[in-house]
Amino acid sequence: MTALAPEHITMPVFTRLHPHAHRDEQIAHIAEAARQIRIQDLKLVHYANAGHIGGDLSAIDILATLYGAVLNVTPETVDDPDRDRFILSKGHVAGALYTTLAAFGFLPAQDLATFLKPLSALNGHPNRNKVRGVEANTGPLGHGLPIAVGHALSAKLDVSRRRTYVLVGDGELQEGSNWEALMAASQYELDRLTVIVDRNRLQQGATVRETNDLDPLDQKATAFGFAVVELNGHDHGELLDVLSSVPFRPGKPTFVIAHTHKGHPISFMSNNAAWHHKVPSAAELEQALDELSSLDHRGGVTA
Amino acid sequence: MTDTISTPQSTDTVSAPQSSIADRPRYDCRNAYVETLAQLAQEDHRIVGVVNDSVGSSKLDAFKKAFPDRLINVGIAEQDMVGVAAGLANGGRIAFVSAASCFLTARALEQIKADVAYSNRNVKLCGMSPGMAYGELGPTHHSIEDIAWLRAIDNMIIVVPADPIETAAAMRWAAGTEGPAFIRVSRMNVPELYPKDYTFVPGKAIVLREGGDVTLISNGTVLWRALVAAEQLSEEGISARVLSMPTVKPLDTEAVIEAARDTGGIVTAEEATVSGALGGAVAETVVQTHPTKIKILGVPEFAPTGSAGFLLDRYGMSPEGITEAARALIK
Repeated sequence: MTALAPEHITMPVFTRLHPHAHRDEQIAHIAEAARQIRIQDLKLVHYANAGHIGGDLSAIDILATLYGAVLNVTPETVDDPDRDRFILSKGHVAGALYTTLAAFGFLPAQDLATFLKPLSALNGHPNRNKVRGVEANTGPLGHGLPIAVGHALSAKLDVSRRRTYVLVGDGELQEGSNWEALMAASQYELDRLTVIVDRNRLQQGATVRETNDLDPLDQKATAFGFAVVELNGHDHGELLDVLSSVPFRPGKPTFVIAHTHKGHPISFMSNNAAWHHKVPSAAELEQALDELSSLDHRGGVTA
Repeated sequence: MTDTISTPQSTDTVSAPQSSIADRPRYDCRNAYVETLAQLAQEDHRIVGVVNDSVGSSKLDAFKKAFPDRLINVGIAEQDMVGVAAGLANGGRIAFVSAASCFLTARALEQIKADVAYSNRNVKLCGMSPGMAYGELGPTHHSIEDIAWLRAIDNMIIVVPADPIETAAAMRWAAGTEGPAFIRVSRMNVPELYPKDYTFVPGKAIVLREGGDVTLISNGTVLWRALVAAEQLSEEGISARVLSMPTVKPLDTEAVIEAARDTGGIVTAEEATVSGALGGAVAETVVQTHPTKIKILGVPEFAPTGSAGFLLDRYGMSPEGITEAARALIK
């Protein structure tokens, strides 16, 4: 197999649209960014011969929406104390995060060619001290949510309007530390904190239900004091509308259950646990890229 | 180097001017901790306390009254506590996490590693009532492993103050220095060993007593016992150097190597496990540079029921026990 090389970096850089750009224009922008991020990420994983492509593909629409139209952070304001924070708790989808950061100009796209190579800044899990735009060194599961709660508390102490978003995997919610953090978020009425669950219903080797079921997740989050919203995690319009309108209930943090498919929207990967960290062959990569090239401007396939 | 101990002499003493350190009044370091934290919070709005319901056991009631918004109590949830501290640091705050050392370091070890040390966050982990402080409560509540666990983690400065003055000085240093640190805050009463104007310098040993026959290296609640042991050894004609080693990591290897080279052997004594704490750090240094005889005093097992003082004595860390260890080492 050919190693990942500069010619495999095809990621165009997207600028942020004006915040008052028409909703349809925003959605089309996010959809094209998500499509390009997927193309690049598939190449990253294929040529590096490692990665977590299934979880990457389930999270990319959420990441593209956040960085493309929701978070008030740009490469120029990445050190601004009052920037919004995004914490990727499911750190094993670092490939998706790096590709998204490159898509929006935080990371030179050419740096992606070093993904997982010796001494690269682009480790299999993100490191904030090496990659601009990364807010926390995650990887062990159940860490991002407490960190997000801590940041949301700091914003509240500062009487700042900056927001905190944290993306957790659904399997990850089996870690008890998350539930400690959910209780604290509710206790401190952190209504500018949004927890997004990438609800793809698959973990490493089986479904979440077969392993240690989370349902009824909406009722659990409600009982823990959150305002709960369910949406299609691959629908950029729904994501944009919900993620940009938090909080829904004053005094309550928001819990977004984003229904997704691992491997989305690649036909042979979608909703297939085998693709947790399987690497696509050259033929599989070609087919996946073919499928992505035929997507329409709205991202095409629905969940 | 001359003896730098400034004895807080009580004026009504009629005994000889060279009264033993063992006769000095003793203090709970937690009081210095809370007074200093309140002063620091007054001086710097970024400072916050983070606790796991440990308001009372950390003596933070007055702090809570003075800074009600700046004492974050996450409840009995140590993983969340340390993650929250890292998140507060992300937002520009300086979090002093204050919790029983046994629960802070064991329950939240992965958060300490990933969220604080590896992420290089400005979080100060304050292990309250460490070592054998909860004597009779048993090994679940003893925190003898904390230093060894944290020593294995990169980017973590480990400080074990020996008295209230050093506790306050270490906190002042930590508040003014960006990055992770772990400070042990003793509950067992200890005499004052340092002058009031003492300034903590990380990574530096302090020669509290000069000597050439043997070196006693200690910190925390055992340091005063080592000083009394040196007094006793002196009466026998044995001259013992006493090295105070408040920073276990990074270790002052230069001072350790000098002791190995210039004296007849090294006894380490600490309120911690014999595996991988100060004794282990000293041995690692000595064996790779200037091998000499070493005796490591500490706690070698899950301790039986007993007060902290009783247990330290049991494991050879009474002044007499340390004296005996030194005598045996150089005989």
